[in-house]
Amino acid sequence: MRVFAVAIAFSVGLLVLLGYFVPSETLLVDVRLVLVQWAVILAAVAVLVGVLNLLGVHWQKIQRRQKGGAYSILLIVSLFSAAVLGIFVGTDSPTLRFYLEAIIIPAEATLMALLAVTLVYASARLLRHRPDLMSFLFLGTAVITLFAAAPLPFGKVPPLNLLSDFLSPWLTQVFATAGSRGILIGIALGAITTGLRAMFGIDRQYGGN
Amino acid sequence: MTITSILGLLFVLITTGLLLGLTYFQRKSTPVFRDIPAYSRLKRAIGHSVEDGTRLHISLGRGGLQSPDGAPSLAGLAMLRQLAEQTSVGDKPPIVTSGAGDLAILSRDTLQAGYKAAGAEDIYNPATGRLTGLTPFSYVAGAITAMRDEDVSANFAIGHFGPEIALLTDAAERTNSLSIAATDDPAAQALLFTSVDDPIIGEELFAAGAYSNAGKAHLASLQAQDILRWAIILILLGGSALKITGFF
Repeated sequence: MRVFAVAIAFSVGLLVLLGYFVPSETLLVDVRLVLVQWAVILAAVAVLVGVLNLLGVHWQKIQRRQKGGAYSILLIVSLFSAAVLGIFVGTDSPTLRFYLEAIIIPAEATLMALLAVTLVYASARLLRHRPDLMSFLFLGTAVITLFAAAPLPFGKVPPLNLLSDFLSPWLTQVFATAGSRGILIGIALGAITTGLRAMFGIDRQYGGN
Repeated sequence: MTITSILGLLFVLITTGLLLGLTYFQRKSTPVFRDIPAYSRLKRAIGHSVEDGTRLHISLGRGGLQSPDGAPSLAGLAMLRQLAEQTSVGDKPPIVTSGAGDLAILSRDTLQAGYKAAGAEDIYNPATGRLTGLTPFSYVAGAITAMRDEDVSANFAIGHFGPEIALLTDAAERTNSLSIAATDDPAAQALLFTSVDDPIIGEELFAAGAYSNAGKAHLASLQAQDILRWAIILILLGGSALKITGFF
């Protein structure tokens, strides 16, 4: 069974990989597209399984009267009401849109705002945690870039215009871009070797091995 | 086939050759890599969590395997396999949170494999591998709740995360638990630089397996990456030199 799983993973991985390199009108590209579509369908089924798992975890929490059980009840009620509405009334129904616009979007926006506060706080603590040259450079660059991007009440007066016209573009387009590309090259190399390990069955994240 | 496709295919073939060659024809001596402080801290944290009877929380991010963000998730799963084996025998087994359905299923499978390898399959609880949300912030909110309610002493986030990872590391600090995090997103890495003591930057994420004794394939993988990185550096420098001298 294990050999069978590895053989399927290897052949599908190889077909999809080769499909990226051959000309677009060949059969291999059509095969790749079909396999990727199947993967998307499987991923959707996996979401359903994941939601059932989420439900199971919160149900256990309620049954065992664990801390935060009230939130678990809220989660289960919200989950079922949204699912029932979506299935029977349709995803375009005003009630479901109310769920999205009045609950989900504001909640996510709140967390986004909280993130901004968290980052300011983390930056302020950085020098206390790690008072080294890199921290000073990091904060100095962040402050310069912020000042250069901020609309100042008195306009671009010398020498502040040097920040927005010269220093900030130099920092962001030369140093930041170069650093970011270096990081991305390293990540791409890591991604390729990790993918190849999975394709050859060296790393088997499936089948309980 | 275009020249880009041929070069791409050639690159993949060279990487495959290096990976398989270094895996199966490795020297007897183990290759030595530089110290990455975050992984040393993680090793200590694993020991403490087993000794103290506290829990390890592993966040695998929200990179679904059918998306381009799947590679860090695969690296996270390889690390999870080792962590599960090392910590499953503790009083409180590790919990794993993820933000994609396929990743949640694989995390449970990997956890079970770790328990099996440690000879503790009978105490494996599927509820320890969870999907906590499908959007970036709902995932993090669910992971923070799990971290707060389950007596967690150390948090290890490895996978695809965006800037929302800062909320996770901030919550870890508020609960006085250790936080180690790695992501492939450069913007999120910048945030990690401010919010954790030893940030894992760039390709260090993919070194997790090699630093946790996941096998010779992981060591070979890291060696192959190093060789290819040097090749790319030389090509870039050569290209720049040719451009400067007007040959290209």
